[in-house]
Amino acid sequence: MLVRILFAAVAAFPIVFMLVSSLKPDTQIFGDMSSVAAFLPVGNISFDNYAAVFDRVPAARFLVNSIGISAVTVVLGIFINSLCAFALSRMEVRGKRVVFTVILATLIVPFQTLALPLVWWVNQLPYFELNGFSLEISKGWLDTYQVQIIPFIANAFSIYLFHQYFESIPKELDEAARIDGAGWFKIYRQVVMPLAGPATATVAILTFLPAWNSYLWPLMVVQSEELRPVMIGIQYFFQLNVSWGEVMAYASLITVPVVVLFIAFQRSFINSIASSGVKG
Amino acid sequence: MNKRFTRILATSITAAALIGSLGACGKGSASATSEGSNEITLWTHNAGNPEELAAIKGVVDSYNKSSDAKAKIKVQAFPQDSYNDSVVSAAAAGKLPCIVDIDGPNVPNWAWAKYLTPLKLTTDLSAHLPSTVATWEGETYAVGHYDVALAMLARASDLKAAGVRVATVKQPWTKDEFQDALTKLKALDKWDYPLDMGTAGNGEWLPYGYSPLLQSFGADLINRDGFQTAEGVLNGDKAVEWAQWFRGLAEQGFMATKSGKDSTQDFLNNKSGLLYTGSWAADKARAALGDDLVVMPTVDLGNGPKIGGASWQWGVTEGCANTDAAMDYLSYSLKPENLAAVAKATGTIPATDEAAALIPAFAEGGANRIFMDFSRQYAVMRPETPAYPFIATEYGKAVQDVLAGADPQTALDKAVKAIDANIKSNGGYKN
Repeated sequence: MLVRILFAAVAAFPIVFMLVSSLKPDTQIFGDMSSVAAFLPVGNISFDNYAAVFDRVPAARFLVNSIGISAVTVVLGIFINSLCAFALSRMEVRGKRVVFTVILATLIVPFQTLALPLVWWVNQLPYFELNGFSLEISKGWLDTYQVQIIPFIANAFSIYLFHQYFESIPKELDEAARIDGAGWFKIYRQVVMPLAGPATATVAILTFLPAWNSYLWPLMVVQSEELRPVMIGIQYFFQLNVSWGEVMAYASLITVPVVVLFIAFQRSFINSIASSGVKG
Repeated sequence: MNKRFTRILATSITAAALIGSLGACGKGSASATSEGSNEITLWTHNAGNPEELAAIKGVVDSYNKSSDAKAKIKVQAFPQDSYNDSVVSAAAAGKLPCIVDIDGPNVPNWAWAKYLTPLKLTTDLSAHLPSTVATWEGETYAVGHYDVALAMLARASDLKAAGVRVATVKQPWTKDEFQDALTKLKALDKWDYPLDMGTAGNGEWLPYGYSPLLQSFGADLINRDGFQTAEGVLNGDKAVEWAQWFRGLAEQGFMATKSGKDSTQDFLNNKSGLLYTGSWAADKARAALGDDLVVMPTVDLGNGPKIGGASWQWGVTEGCANTDAAMDYLSYSLKPENLAAVAKATGTIPATDEAAALIPAFAEGGANRIFMDFSRQYAVMRPETPAYPFIATEYGKAVQDVLAGADPQTALDKAVKAIDANIKSNGGYKN
């Protein structure tokens, strides 16, 4: 029990420090650093840092952007990747092992090596815009929301997770459904997906986290402030004189949605990891 | 369960529709190369710095309202730490705006990479601090509203208690005096380390902060005659002497090999007695310490005190569709009142004496006037070569290696080898 408490404390200390420091002025944060007071809401406590955050950064706008971008990426990611995994798991198609291997092979290519070519590529894509009743076509997706979403919907690791989970669902269920006249999509929709709750929850979290934490890509493709996600906002605080209280306040603000999501999906997430043997 | 899946499917379709609608309302403003001739975009690094951003916007607003404006200027601000990455990505996509700000030492690299076009301004730049004008291959590519200067901050009361004289522009500390001052300050036993050199810093701080010390020893980052090799300059006797001295400050217990994350705050919290920093920290320190604060020049380590020249500057991009308007705006922004407004908002050194006269702190006798003296007398430009970003990175690594205990000669040889190889592989960075 003592060991558990110790491990829990070690894991919780950084978050406690962040929350507590977000309530203190800079001088006190550094003054308290050498004692246990660093982890306690004592001394000159206020919400001034939070007020200052909203003065320095359009934090509400960034939060709304990130929630929208992450939510759309997660929902479409679950749909597209599960469909792909279903096809690879259930359909008898020649060469599907090769396709699956190629998909998995993309996992070894770090995103950083693809980033610059991808910038060039998305800059060549057509962009459709409704202007009144006329449809206008222009070139280039830079500085848009969709450039922050669409490249990250298809994900090899999500496909792998769904695939492994689908493999554990007995194929006899499909056959029974086929006897009842169900087509592939109906089997996917009414038989397989309803049983894949834990995998869906895991993919949701594993898609949400990188979407929420996305930094390099929006840095490269987004120029307008009104389209930026939350992680870019943290850089607003690193000026020549850094205000650490404000940094902690902003970090607290952008951590809350992640913690809430994890708590909401905690049980399914752990179940999925336990059943698939995959470490998240 | 079926209902649950139907919900997921419905949500997916909604999400797809949402992307479409986001697309409809979520298209940011176009960059200069694609915009009409009546509006041009200006990129600046100071998102998150409300004072400087407001000052820049003030200059832009007054230009936009003037009857002579040749175009409307639109400001887009980026966070400083990630600004260069945004510019490089935009350049790769051919989406640079018309006007960009640039950290001074990077100007030759951006000019060499054809991001920037030579300036053709109506302003006479001869009255500007030399460190605010960036030239390469005989052309001026950027000009700054201000500069910053390295300095040493201390409490007068501590120096008095230790029996150490205050260094001045006329009589800066020599190497021996510095050693003596540190020994006496350490003897006060007030701090774990009497000196804070900002050794936790990274990025551009490493070459900006420490290459002037190297230069004061008589060494340099590269042989400036042609900028083709660092051999014998960055790894010669003087450079090794500098590295040994620098490492010695830590070995003698005068400074930490890794200081606190915020050296200014540590100094104000009395965790150090002597702070090696820049002019940007002075106003904050003066507000906290009042008259007890003393601002001193950096140490003369043999070849006079040195500080790094050049801060953020403005340039016009090569692909700008309305170069005439961009140049017109830049000329307008260099009026004394505009220079003064920006320098006042940022606490930096205004680029001209005329502008300085408009700011009490920088006018003759003002509290910050000393920084103008530092800048005029001690500034050494970081090497004006496109290789600078690479040199800066390699030098930064060498500094960190030396602080971590590496053999100085080996660490500097390694940096020289990498720098020379980089210059060679880029064909000497010829224009």
